[in-house]
Amino acid sequence: MDFNFPANFRFADSHEYAVLEDDCVRIGISAFAVDQLGDIVFVDLPEVGTALTRGSSFGSVESVKAVEDMFSPLTGEVVERNESVLASPEALQNNPHEGGWLLRVKPNDASQLNDLMDSETYSSKVAAT
Amino acid sequence: MLENKLKGVSSSNSSKFLSRHIGLSSKDQDYLLKVLGYSDLQDFIASVVPPDILDPFPPMDSLLEECSESEALENLHSIGNENLLRRSLIGLGYYGTETPAVIQRNILEDPAWYTAYTPYQAEISQGRLEALFNFQTLISELTGLPIANASLLDEATAAAEAMALSFSVVKKPHATRFLVDEDVLPQTLSVLQTRAEPLGICVEVEAPNTFQFDDEVFGVLLQLPGSSGKLWDPSNCILKSHAVGALVTTAIDPLAQVLLAPVGELSVDIAIGSMQRFGVPMGFGGPHAAFFATREAFKRQMPGRIVGQSVDAEGNTALRLALQTREQHIRRDKATSNICTAQVLLAVISSFYAVYHGPHGLKQIAHRVIYFRAKLEQCLVQLGYKLSAKVCFDTVEVLCDNATKVHKLAALKGFNFRVLPIGSSVEDATGFGIAFDELTTENEFDKIHEILAKSIEQSYQKLPAFDSKLESLFPGIPLRKKPWLQQGVFHGHQSETELIRYMKRLSTKDFTLVNGMIPLGSCTMKLNASAELLPISWKQFSSLHPFVPQQQSLGYQKLVSDLETWLAFLTGFAGVSLQPNAGSQGEFAGLLIIRAWHKYRGEMDRNVCLIPTSAHGTNPASAVMAGFKVVAIQCDLEGNVDLNDLEKKAVEYSSRLAALMITYPSTHGVFESKVRDACEIVHNHGGQVYLDGANLNAQVGLCRPGKYGADVCHLNLHKTFCIPHGGGGPGIGPVAVASHLCPFLPGHPLSHCGGNQAIGPVSAAPFGSAGILPISWMYLRMMGVEGLRQASSIAMLSANYIAHRLNPFYPVLFKGLNGLVGHECILDLRSMKRKAGIDVEDIAKRLMDYGFHAPTVSWPVAGTLMVEPTESESLGELDRFCDAMISIRQEIEAIELNRSDLKDNPLKQAPHTLSTVTADNWERSYSRTQAAFPLPNLRQNKYWPAVSRIDNAFGDRNLVCSCAPLEDWLDN
Ligand SMILES: Cc1ncc(COP(=O)(O)O)c(C=O)c1O
Repeated sequence: MDFNFPANFRFADSHEYAVLEDDCVRIGISAFAVDQLGDIVFVDLPEVGTALTRGSSFGSVESVKAVEDMFSPLTGEVVERNESVLASPEALQNNPHEGGWLLRVKPNDASQLNDLMDSETYSSKVAAT
Repeated sequence: MLENKLKGVSSSNSSKFLSRHIGLSSKDQDYLLKVLGYSDLQDFIASVVPPDILDPFPPMDSLLEECSESEALENLHSIGNENLLRRSLIGLGYYGTETPAVIQRNILEDPAWYTAYTPYQAEISQGRLEALFNFQTLISELTGLPIANASLLDEATAAAEAMALSFSVVKKPHATRFLVDEDVLPQTLSVLQTRAEPLGICVEVEAPNTFQFDDEVFGVLLQLPGSSGKLWDPSNCILKSHAVGALVTTAIDPLAQVLLAPVGELSVDIAIGSMQRFGVPMGFGGPHAAFFATREAFKRQMPGRIVGQSVDAEGNTALRLALQTREQHIRRDKATSNICTAQVLLAVISSFYAVYHGPHGLKQIAHRVIYFRAKLEQCLVQLGYKLSAKVCFDTVEVLCDNATKVHKLAALKGFNFRVLPIGSSVEDATGFGIAFDELTTENEFDKIHEILAKSIEQSYQKLPAFDSKLESLFPGIPLRKKPWLQQGVFHGHQSETELIRYMKRLSTKDFTLVNGMIPLGSCTMKLNASAELLPISWKQFSSLHPFVPQQQSLGYQKLVSDLETWLAFLTGFAGVSLQPNAGSQGEFAGLLIIRAWHKYRGEMDRNVCLIPTSAHGTNPASAVMAGFKVVAIQCDLEGNVDLNDLEKKAVEYSSRLAALMITYPSTHGVFESKVRDACEIVHNHGGQVYLDGANLNAQVGLCRPGKYGADVCHLNLHKTFCIPHGGGGPGIGPVAVASHLCPFLPGHPLSHCGGNQAIGPVSAAPFGSAGILPISWMYLRMMGVEGLRQASSIAMLSANYIAHRLNPFYPVLFKGLNGLVGHECILDLRSMKRKAGIDVEDIAKRLMDYGFHAPTVSWPVAGTLMVEPTESESLGELDRFCDAMISIRQEIEAIELNRSDLKDNPLKQAPHTLSTVTADNWERSYSRTQAAFPLPNLRQNKYWPAVSRIDNAFGDRNLVCSCAPLEDWLDN
């Protein structure tokens, strides 16, 4: 399956993506993760203002059959969350990389992005599973 | 000599229960053995079960030889007669009620209802799902809370679940206080204490008007009406609780709620209670359905199963279990609760009780009960008894000097009154209580009046008429004002003709053991014989109150002691408690016992519980409830517990190791040959071994957990010992322990049971679901040790036959010694996903078209089916199943070879309803015959799924768990 991971995205082992847009980082979960989960029915996200720590859980995503924690790919503060995904989780299902983004985060240190996988590495990792 | 010969004659095969219970004739057994390459059954068993655990099993004197159905029934009947039938007006959560005959005969006693499994395969379970949806609607209407589940185990555990939910959602680090109304039922309080302690919750018991609120309080439990019968307006207390951020739970009486303002309107957060008095016999304490209702905000934290509405592939409304990600089988140690098997059959019965009576009938019953309560108060005043000034529902409590005399006179007239103080003897009584119920009549009331008059040496005088309007009977209490229960189902079935047709309409939608094999792995869907079930309807068992004086329950005591002895013998342990209401509760009890033992030895720091990744979800969920930290143990490629990993973790946590929880034979369906070694590793590091006995059907009569190294095990009487699944309960999960743990077996505040250092009760009633113990008693009695050994052996023979026949088509994932499986096998379907896009779900649904209930889907390994045929299936049925699976394999092959479309194929479109295949237009790539009659024999015997494939996501995104009132239906 071809997931089309955008070239400017960075990915964590646990399948979250992060992309720097202006001075904020947009966070979501990859199309591969969405495909694995199946029909997504519920997304739980932190309030605006919440401090995130790299590697710790910031919320969860539930499908009909599974529930997975999501882990922050970097440290920072939530400045916006995607209310449309909260209201209708289909938005995440249909377009995980764009309309289905989850959080905008003001990073403490944007260089943390460099520790994540680039799109190509992630793509080959996913292909191997 | 002659006697011996005659004995042989009388126990000829046809009169033996064994040959009724076992599906394979001896000829068929020989055939299977030949196919598998064994000369006889013993030879086969010696190849399956590791030699170092195979047990010679000494004969057991008290578990006599097997006997016939009629002998066993006669035997049990005389035991039943040792229970003395008195009219119990004790109350305390258990009341006289009339199970309408139409419900008793067509639900409780109908295998099309009681042999069903939990409705995971929704398309073939629409009947009981609808009955449960009615139950949730009823609960929601009673409580005024929008989200209700499909039952919990009993009122006390439901209260504990409410406490746990409150604790987890309030999430304030220092909030550990849970305030409990002092008028709470005594058994509820004890269970709350048992469940609170391991979680670090502090239960404080006070009168609600003296509750000390601060921000360390996370929750409050009010009993309305109280155990004393008292009713009051809780609005103020609720306000104060909410002011400190605490959640309010009310334990309510559903009959009182018929008349009272729904607690949801008073803004309580959770309502729990027992539906026993809605037509479910007392049964010496159970089984009964508890309910749990809450606000929309907590639906994702709600314990237990919820039936929700969704749509099927054709857009028809269809029901299925909703929001399953809350449950232990998915969330494991993060689950909201360990509950799995609940009380579905009893919930169905109480929902039909409401269908039978309708809102008007229910109101009349409730009204009559308070009428008698008010009349009794008047009579007591007239006689000169002193009454405290309070408003009550059905109960009156009186403190008086002549209490002993009252109780003695009552006993003479055939009554049990409540002895005050609760738990004391008649000799020490300082008062009495009387709780009225549905069964009270004017005639009975006159007798009570006479007893009370006589005890105080007064003559009986007729009472003047009095005002029986609700408002005057319930001064100052908010009453129900709006019409309720307006849904059509509670109105259209008051005539028995309509009701019985409705019941049948529902039950024919469901696939149960009366339709065919239900080969669910880890569920043991064996025969539930009629002779085993008959005695549960006998009044001698069904009508006993759990708190009757001891000398009235001698029959039950005998039943309990027989079963404890037999089960201890069969498991190789020293002591057994029958108190846990389900396997999950047995696990919790067993782990608490281990915890208590460590504590007793001064090793409180031992709090690590090792659990293999293959374990059932209840294991980690129970461990967390018992205060343990769960550490996962990996499995090796053969599916065995990885002993290296076990050793590594045991060393790592040596000083903190509390227990290993292991399932045997493993959830992977094989007898691990190193189970003794695993036990030894754990013991060497100071831990105890907990054995999940869900798979005991492979062991009974062959090997005994207590003899190969386990310290504790639970059994599921609703699997191995023939209690029917009831569509998701009732069950019994006894816990068996080695001698050093006997002192810790669970106790009860109102009964003599448990060890001398007993852990607190884990169930409301001292002997849990006592009312269904006769089923397992009958089974054991009719089988005898020899028969049980035969049953386990045949269960494994059948499983291996299936594995053998299907292996060429679906690889058997794990095999044990000599390439054999235990009593179940896992079929690996993952390659079909890769090659044909076929999910295990598609195969499960397609089996419905072939007239089968699917095996266990994607557990314990995702993408697989786990098949457990049990000993009760015939060779014909085993072959029919294999033929269906093989035919499905060919359908998949057609997709793999591009002869069939990836989407438009009979698997992806399964199941096919009658309406789909008879529709005027048919535009699929395969024929109608292939859709509905893929094998010729289906023309003779066809089961039709009631709905097409159900859309789970739609239902979970839009949760609807109760039926809207009639007006809404009309609007649409
Ligand atoms: C291996 C295993 N353990 C525990 C349980 C839980 O038992 P219960 O549903 O009676 O709580 C089950 C039930 O299916 C099981 O299969």
